Amino acid sequence: MDRQQETLKMLRRLMSAAALAAASAATPALAADLTGAGATFPYPIYAKWADAYRKETGVGLNYQSIGSGGGIKQINARTVDFGASDMPLKPEELDKSGLLQFPTVIGGDVPVVNLKGVAPGQLKLTGEALADIYLGKVKRWNDPAIANLNPGLNLPATAISVVHRSDGSGTTFIWTNYLSKVSAEWKSKVGEGTSVNWPTGVGGKGNEGVASYVQRIAGSIGYVEYAYVKQNKMAYALVRNREGQFVAPNAEAFQAAAAGADWQKAPAMYLILTDAPGKNAWPIAGATFILMRKTQDKPQNAREVLKFFSWAYSKGDAMAEQLDYVPMPDKVVDLIQASWKRQLKDGSGKPIYAN
Amino acid sequence: MSAVLPISESANVEELASATPPGPRRLRHAPWMEAAFEHLTRLFALLVFSLLAAILVSLVLGSRLSLEKYGLGFLASAAWDPVQEDFGALVPIYGTLATSLIAMLIGIPVSFGIALFLTELAPAWLKRPLGTAIELLAAIPSIIYGMWGLFVFTPIFQAHLQPALVDSLGSIPGLGALFEGPPLGIGMLTAGLILSIMVIPFITAVMRDVFELVPPLLKESAYGLGATTWEVVWRVVLPYTKVGVIGGVMLGLGRALGETMAVTFVIGNAHQLAVSLMAPGNSIASALANEFTEAVGDLYFSALIELGLILFLITTIVLALSKLLLMQLARREGART
Repeated sequence: MDRQQETLKMLRRLMSAAALAAASAATPALAADLTGAGATFPYPIYAKWADAYRKETGVGLNYQSIGSGGGIKQINARTVDFGASDMPLKPEELDKSGLLQFPTVIGGDVPVVNLKGVAPGQLKLTGEALADIYLGKVKRWNDPAIANLNPGLNLPATAISVVHRSDGSGTTFIWTNYLSKVSAEWKSKVGEGTSVNWPTGVGGKGNEGVASYVQRIAGSIGYVEYAYVKQNKMAYALVRNREGQFVAPNAEAFQAAAAGADWQKAPAMYLILTDAPGKNAWPIAGATFILMRKTQDKPQNAREVLKFFSWAYSKGDAMAEQLDYVPMPDKVVDLIQASWKRQLKDGSGKPIYAN
Repeated sequence: MSAVLPISESANVEELASATPPGPRRLRHAPWMEAAFEHLTRLFALLVFSLLAAILVSLVLGSRLSLEKYGLGFLASAAWDPVQEDFGALVPIYGTLATSLIAMLIGIPVSFGIALFLTELAPAWLKRPLGTAIELLAAIPSIIYGMWGLFVFTPIFQAHLQPALVDSLGSIPGLGALFEGPPLGIGMLTAGLILSIMVIPFITAVMRDVFELVPPLLKESAYGLGATTWEVVWRVVLPYTKVGVIGGVMLGLGRALGETMAVTFVIGNAHQLAVSLMAPGNSIASALANEFTEAVGDLYFSALIELGLILFLITTIVLALSKLLLMQLARREGART
């Protein structure tokens, strides 16, 4: 079994490019650089933070965006100081592999459409309608399930072309998690995950792939990350949240989703912000997570990693907003730092994070 | 040994310099150098084999979980559900074979025509620029073909060609099933068409090179007997160059089977079994490129590696078949004379 694990590891390393090998080989070198690997979604902000942090403190951070799955494997193999995942690990999984997780920034998914004469923000949708569209049950735009929500819009009878992500991604996880929460049928037939068995539609690679398919195909609907919608001025739809309000995707709506969530009660910070309570909360939000080992054999590196993220929480908000990420609310940051104090220990059992 | 080397070498150089052309030919190098050279080249050749074996072994080891769980049923199952962890390879196998077949159906005749024109018909001033242009096409990275396919070709195909195909061919009983469905612009046919454009430069370049190797004496004899250009090409050039031509076709087919990025852009990446070529599908290479980084479960990961193993086997079978074909041709030749 061990040997098989070894070969699996070898294979992955061989196949996911030289960058990965570099990350694992770089660890024992001069203690200056911290290493992390994982999710692609937060890569731009981690890179920006790392750059600013190095200018300020001289401590460099080498983050390899190899995908959440790769990040989880790397932290389990102890080849990096921290892993990153868009999908939080369940408390049982964390316990099993001795990991701690905490969220860094918030993002989320936004449905985008290509309908003639429908401007950004005009179309209103509910979670149930989205689930039925993605299940292939609602096939035309003038279906009562959509038309009844949009009495003012003249919706055509064209067929709905569903577009989803073809690559495994945290964006898909947030999307399918939301659909699972609002539709029992979705939950039983498809479920949630970074990639799922889509009942219908075509798959585009990456946000840009989905976006270009939506722009190509008349009558299509897709989902992309919020930052992508904002930067490309795509025709987004309003979605009804838990309180019955139709909300537009913007920074305030995402922050409202994060603030309304009860992080205190979530075991091991396992919390997905979809369908969050709050009058102004955007219903399809999610945080991206950092994974660290609870017992550190290199406490010095761990201390530096925690310093880096403390710095990012206190000074990195403006940078995150520039890149259209939503920073964590301060009271959540307090909770995160309390969990560092409680859970991260060095080899002799002493806590690593002091202040 | 190493101490002897400079002496013997310089001695050789001196001998060579002072040697006069007539007289018995002497060995230019010491025998041990010959042997070392032979062993070195043999080592390189064996390296290829060991690499191939290592890849095969690691693919089999990596896919053990999925091999144990599904056995041969993996090949026949159209399921692909990462949430419930139920996997099958039918959809990507079909997509890989269908797109490569389309690419070959279009690519081979077009390449043959281009090579024929270049070697037999083109005026001398056109030969060189046209030949260079084709070699340049072969050097374009595949992602460029993919992006061009998605942003330029797909809209045109969707707006003009596809509706016409659906209307004309879609109503033919039997064959029509291949051309049914809404014109999305992306799908297996689009992927096949992009692939055909990608393999044309490869096949053409090889065909042109081997056509040029035909001794002019043979061709001119045929012309002298009154043969037309077509007859010369079909009866003289092609039989003379068939090994090279089939080699070129195999090179193109190899590229089509394994192409990743360009296919990912335009195939639609849907794990659904659809007979229609208009429908989105998936290919093995494209599925790997899409899902490898985020494949978290062990069985999921193993199933993806088994897909890689299947692609490896498909390529091996195709190569073996081409060798068989060549042997068959050689045997027929013997019988005729």
